[in-house]
Parts: sequence; C-alpha cells; structure tokens
Amino acid sequence: MSTGAANSDLGWEPSSRPGWVAPHVAAEFPGLGISWIEVDGRPGRSPEPVERRLSETSNRFYGAHAIHMRERPIPWAYRVFFRQIGLDPDRTRTPVEQLALDRLQDGGFKTRGLPADALTIATVETGIALRAFDAERLAGSLCIRDSAPGESLDGRPGELSHGTLVIADERAPAGLLFGATGENREVGRGTRRIAIAAVQVDGVPQIAIDEALWIVAATLEAA
Amino acid sequence: MPDLLDRETRTALRVDGDERLARAELRRQIGRLEMQLGSLVSDAFPRLRLDTGVAAISNEPRALDLGDLEAVRDSLATRIGAAQRQLQEQAELETRNRELLERMLASPAEYKWLRIARADVGEPGCGHWHSRPRLGPLGMLMGWWRVRVSSGCPLSGRLAAVER
Repeated sequence: MSTGAANSDLGWEPSSRPGWVAPHVAAEFPGLGISWIEVDGRPGRSPEPVERRLSETSNRFYGAHAIHMRERPIPWAYRVFFRQIGLDPDRTRTPVEQLALDRLQDGGFKTRGLPADALTIATVETGIALRAFDAERLAGSLCIRDSAPGESLDGRPGELSHGTLVIADERAPAGLLFGATGENREVGRGTRRIAIAAVQVDGVPQIAIDEALWIVAATLEAA
Repeated sequence: MPDLLDRETRTALRVDGDERLARAELRRQIGRLEMQLGSLVSDAFPRLRLDTGVAAISNEPRALDLGDLEAVRDSLATRIGAAQRQLQEQAELETRNRELLERMLASPAEYKWLRIARADVGEPGCGHWHSRPRLGPLGMLMGWWRVRVSSGCPLSGRLAAVER
C-alpha cells in the first residue's frame, strides 16, 4: 500500500489534511477539529505482522489501564466531550474505552481485518477517535457540522433530527460524529482507497492526532 | 456549501452573549466534574464499583442548550455526591473491620471462628484472618485459640505434583 502521489515527497509518510468545522459549531466547541489522510488500500484479512502487533498491543494492555484510563488527559477529553454533546460515555463508549472493554471481555484485541486492526492499534496507542471511509465515495473536504433539516444518513431510516452533529463531505453527511457511518461511505469490498479521519476535541493536542494518523498509515503501509 | 455555513441553525446555537458564555462555563464545569468522578472511580477500584452513569440527554450527538447542559452538570454533581458517600461509608466500614482485626489478633479466644477477609479491610488479594482453635477439638476444650492467616488466592491451575 502507498499513500499516493500527494505524499510522494515524503515517501510513504502521510501528510494529514485539516478539515473544517462549521463556524457556529466551532464557536460552541473550541478545539473541535477533524484531520484526515487518504491511503491506497483494500479491506481484507490482516497480514501476520499486523496481527502480531495487535497481539503485542493486547499484551501490554491490562485491566488497571482500563480503570485508570478516564484520568488520562486524552480519554478524559473525549469523555467530557461526549457529556457535552448529550451522550453518556458509560453507555455510548468513547472509541478507546470501547476497545478497552472489548479487550477485557475477549481477553485480547480480536483481529477484524484491515483497516479496522490499524485503527485499533492507533486508537489504543494514542487514545484518538478515528473513523474510516471509502475515499472514492467522499466528495471534497471532510467537515464537522450540524445536520440541516431533511438530511439523512445513507442506509438509515428517517431523517436526522435537526442539529445532529455529523461528519460530512461537501455533499452530505457521511456519518454521525461518534456514531454510525453512512452505508455507502463505509469501507467495503469495492474500496480501493481509504480515508482515515481523526476527530479532535478540546484538550487533545494536534501531535496526538498526527501520531494516530501516522500509526494507521504506517500499519497499512506495512501490510 | 455556503448554504450549510450560513443557514439558520438551532436557536440554542444562535443565542449570543451571556448565554453563550453560560454554556461555555457549564461545559467547563462538566469537564471538572468528570475529572473528579474519574478520580473517585480510580480511588474506589478494586474495593468498590461506583455507578458513574448519567442519563444521556440525546441518542445522537448534538450541541446542548443551556437547560440540557445544566441537567448534565447537576446529574454529574449528584453522582459525585453519591460516590463520595459510598466511599466514605466503605472507608468507615473498613476502619471498623481493621479495629476488629486488631482486637481479634490481640485475643483470638474472644472472637471464636471469626473470619475477616483482606477485602473487608480494604486490602487487595483474597487472603483472610481466621480465629481457630489450635489442635482442633482439643484446642477448643483447652481454650487454645489463635488467628490463622490464609496463604492467599488459590492457584489458577492444578499443581504439577498432582499430575504425577
């Protein structure tokens, strides 16, 4: 896999692109942001090095990590943001806490193939919330905004309630912010190019976002 | 795209001035309370499992208005109050148990057959202290009581010697 011509001057290293946040949403949530990279790649079974790294990540993750996680700055920042947008992080888990719970319940991070395993590794290492989309089905830049009246999410019955925070491209919502992804925007069998998006909230440093995206790109590169 | 930037949005987001500042202050308070709740959960582990759930305001992510943010802030504050009471009660119970353990160690015969687990005094592990007679029935008749300290958690598997 390679990250494409856009990054040819950096070899395979990714250069993340900043998305935008609707001004009235940004005014409410200073620090909210989205960055993404595009990587050539197809979904499929994880190769042995990725499975091994996932296993090593499992072995370094203990129950005490999960308990004390909410005191660490980045997981705490996502928990707070969940509260601020009306979600209960003990029911709708933040991505890193959901992985921690899965790790404890399953006894390890189970392989779910690519790109999911790459996202798991990066999320556990950095705590950053990551999303994957089929890059060829996205139109233009990614953004975070609230839904307009009459908008809906592909594959989901009914309209989005007015004001729902979504990740969108320049055409329509691609997924809920911390929730379901639109059916036609998900990484699927036909995907040839993957967009990995990192959602930044207040209290999460840009360096952690860049590191998370770098880990995903490096993991996919190694595959 | 400009229409998405400029269109009318929920009233909650369009109110400027004091209300926006009030929402920002409530978000700051929610962050501080969440940190406090996280510390309490860490302090309580593994002795006590605290309920930290606060009912979700919405099933979908959205910018909350002033009333909703107040509801989240108040629920968190209530949770913290309940968690602090739970921890306080647990600490008092453990203190009483530690005092009881000291008395039992000093005079085992006064606390016949009493068993105090490490968890009862807030210590990790699964050992216990047990007031038992020395030499079984003879010790019972003679009043030879002592406190036995268990060797700790049972082994997770059979001993290798058992297999031979």
